[in-house]
Amino acid sequence: MSVLIFADQHEGKLRKAAFETVCYGAKLADRLGISATALVLGSCQDDDLKLLGNFGASRVLHDANKLLDQFDPSAYAKVLMQAVEQENAQVIIFSHNFNGKAIAPLISTKLKAGWVAGALSLPDTSGGFVIKKSVFSGKAFARVKVLSDKKVISVNPNSFPVQKSENQAEIIAFNANIQESDFRIKVKSTETLSGTVPLPEADIIVSGGRGLKGPENWGMIEDLAKALGAATACSRPVADSGWRPHHEHVGQTGITVRPDLYIAVGISGAIQHLAGVNGSKHIVVINKDPEAPFFKAADYGIVGDAFEVVPKLTSAVKSFKEKQH
Amino acid sequence: MKILVCISKTPDTTAKIAFTDHNTKFNEQGVQFIINPSDEWYALVRALELKEKLGGTVTLISVGAADYDALIRKALALGADDAVRVNAENSDSYYVASQIANFAKDGGYDLIMTGKETIDYNGAGVGGMIAGMLDLPFISLATKLETEGNGEAEFHREIEGGEEICSVKLPVVVSAMKGMAEQRIPNVRGIMTARTKPLKVLEPVEAEKLTEIISFELPVAKTGIKMIEPDNVEELVRLLHEEAKVI
Ligand SMILES: Cc1cc2nc3c(=O)[nH]c(=O)nc-3n(C[C@H](O)[C@H](O)[C@H](O)COP(=O)(O)OP(=O)(O)OC[C@H]3O[C@@H](n4cnc5c(N)ncnc54)[C@H](O)[C@@H]3O)c2cc1C
Ligand SMILES: Nc1ncnc2c1ncn2[C@@H]1O[C@H](COP(=O)(O)O)[C@@H](O)[C@H]1O
Repeated sequence: MSVLIFADQHEGKLRKAAFETVCYGAKLADRLGISATALVLGSCQDDDLKLLGNFGASRVLHDANKLLDQFDPSAYAKVLMQAVEQENAQVIIFSHNFNGKAIAPLISTKLKAGWVAGALSLPDTSGGFVIKKSVFSGKAFARVKVLSDKKVISVNPNSFPVQKSENQAEIIAFNANIQESDFRIKVKSTETLSGTVPLPEADIIVSGGRGLKGPENWGMIEDLAKALGAATACSRPVADSGWRPHHEHVGQTGITVRPDLYIAVGISGAIQHLAGVNGSKHIVVINKDPEAPFFKAADYGIVGDAFEVVPKLTSAVKSFKEKQH
Repeated sequence: MKILVCISKTPDTTAKIAFTDHNTKFNEQGVQFIINPSDEWYALVRALELKEKLGGTVTLISVGAADYDALIRKALALGADDAVRVNAENSDSYYVASQIANFAKDGGYDLIMTGKETIDYNGAGVGGMIAGMLDLPFISLATKLETEGNGEAEFHREIEGGEEICSVKLPVVVSAMKGMAEQRIPNVRGIMTARTKPLKVLEPVEAEKLTEIISFELPVAKTGIKMIEPDNVEELVRLLHEEAKVI
C-alpha cells in the first residue's frame, strides 16, 4: 500500500509545488505506516528526480514518454490510474495548482475517491480522515471528512513547509500504456512569462492598485519586485482596465495567493481583495490614506505617497541585499 | 451549438461569514445570494456570445433547492433559453457532478461549461468530475475559447507562470475563468422574457457523497499592526529581515 504523489514538472524541471506535495505525502505515508511513491510524467532532469528522495519519497516512478511532455488531463489521468494500481495507492496527492485542479477531479471520479481540494493540513485520522481546507475564498476554514476508502488530496501551494533530509529514493522507470490517440487536447503553443516568478508559487508578491494612477507607473512596482525576487500582482479594477494582465488579478474572483510576504501598494483593501490574500503570512500596506481598510489586515504599514515611498523602499532593499553578500 | 452552463448559488462577495449550530452551518441570516461570479460573468456570457455568433441554444443547469429559482431566472434574463434544476441539496461535488452528468449524458451538448470555482466552498471540482464521468476532454481554467462551429475549439489555458494555446474536438467540458468574457447586465426585455422561459425541475438520481463538511472556523484576527514612518523605510527592511524573517 502507498501514498501516490503526482510531482509536477514543467519543461523538464520539477515545480516548487512538486516538492511541497512530496513532503506532504511522505509525512502522511509515515503516519499511515505505508510507503510514499512519487510519480513524474514527461522529461525530467535526473537531479530533480533524486531530490524527490531528499524530500521524503521512498520510490520515484518516472515515465519519460515524450508524449507526456504535452499536458492533457485525461491522458495524464490514464497514466496515473496505472500507477495507482501498480503501487496499490490508497491516497493520491496533487498540488492545488493549475495542473492539479485539472487532473484531481478525473482521478476522484475514476476511483470514486472523495477529494479535498486545497488542503491546508495533514489529515486528522483520530475519528476518520479529516482535513482542514480554506473556504469562502480564504475568509474561513472547513474541516472536511472524506467518506470513501480511497482519498484524493490537492495541497494548497505555499501552505506546507518543505523539509530536506538525507533520504534517498529508488528511481524506477515507469512505462505506462498510453498512445497518441489518448491525447485529445493538442497543445499548439506555450507562452511562459520568462524571468518572472509564477504568482501562485511566489514567496514574495508586490501588488499594485488603482492608487498607482496608470499602467505607466508600474515600473516602480516591477523594480521593487525585482529587488526582492518577487512576483507582481494587482487588484481587480487594475486588471479590468487593462493596466495589467488578467493573470495578475488576485482576490475572491481572481487568484488566491498565500506568500510569505504580500506588499500592497495603493490598494484600499476591499473585502473581495482581502479574501484572496489574507492567507499571506506577512502583509505590508503602503497607502496614503490612514483610514484605508487594508491597514486592519496588515502586519506593517506605511502611510504615505507610493510615488515617494516605493522607490525609497526599493533602494533600501537593494542596499540591504548588497550588504548581505 | 448546443451549450449547457452549470450555475451555482453563492453568498454575495461582501457577505459576512459566520456560522451557527456549533460552527457546523453557514449562517445565512441577512446574507444576499448571487450567481457564482465565474459562472455568470465568464461561463454564461461566453456561452451566450457563442450562441449569438453561431446560433443554437444555451441551457442552464443547477443542483439546488427551490431557493435557486430566483437566481436561475436572473441567468435566463441574460439570454439563456431554458433551465433545469435538479431538486437536491447542493453539497458534495461528486454528488452534484453526478446529477449534472446524468442529465447531460444523452443531451448531445457540444459544450458543457462551468465556472472556475465556487467562491463559497472553493472546490474547483464539479467541471472536471463531469468530464471524468462522461469521458469527455476537460479544459481546465480556460481564459479564451473560440469555435467556428466546425466541431473544433481553440482555447487558452492558464498554467503556472504562463498560458497554453490548445485545440480540441467537441464535445468538451470547460471551466471558465477571467478573460473569457465580460460581465453583462440584463436588459428589460431580457427580464420580461425570462419569466416565461421554461424552468424544469427534476428529481435527483441516486448518487454517493464522498465528502462531508464537519465544522467551520474563522481565521484568528491579526493582533496589531506596526506603523513605520514613510521616511524610515530602512526600519521596514530591518523588521522584514529580523522579525518577520521573510527577506
Ligand atoms: C463581485 C465582486 C468581486 C470582486 N472581486 C475582486 C477581486 O477578486 N479582487 C479585487 O482586488 N477586487 C475585487 N472586487 C473589487 C473591490 O470591491 C474593490 O473595488 C477593488 O479591490 C478596489 O481596488 P483598488 O484598491 O485598487 O482601488 P481603490 O479602492 O480605488 O483604492 C485605491 C487606493 O489607493 C490609495 N492611493 C491613492 N493614491 C495613492 C498614492 N499616491 N499613494 C498611496 N496610496 C494611494 C487610496 O487611498 C486607496 O486606498 C470585486 C468587487 C465585486 C463587486
Ligand atoms: N450546485 C451546483 N449546480 C450547478 N452547477 C454547479 C453547482 N456547484 C458547482 N457548480 C458548477 O461547478 C463549478 C465549480 O464548482 P466547485 O467545484 O463547487 O468549485 C461552478 O463554478 C459551477 O459552474
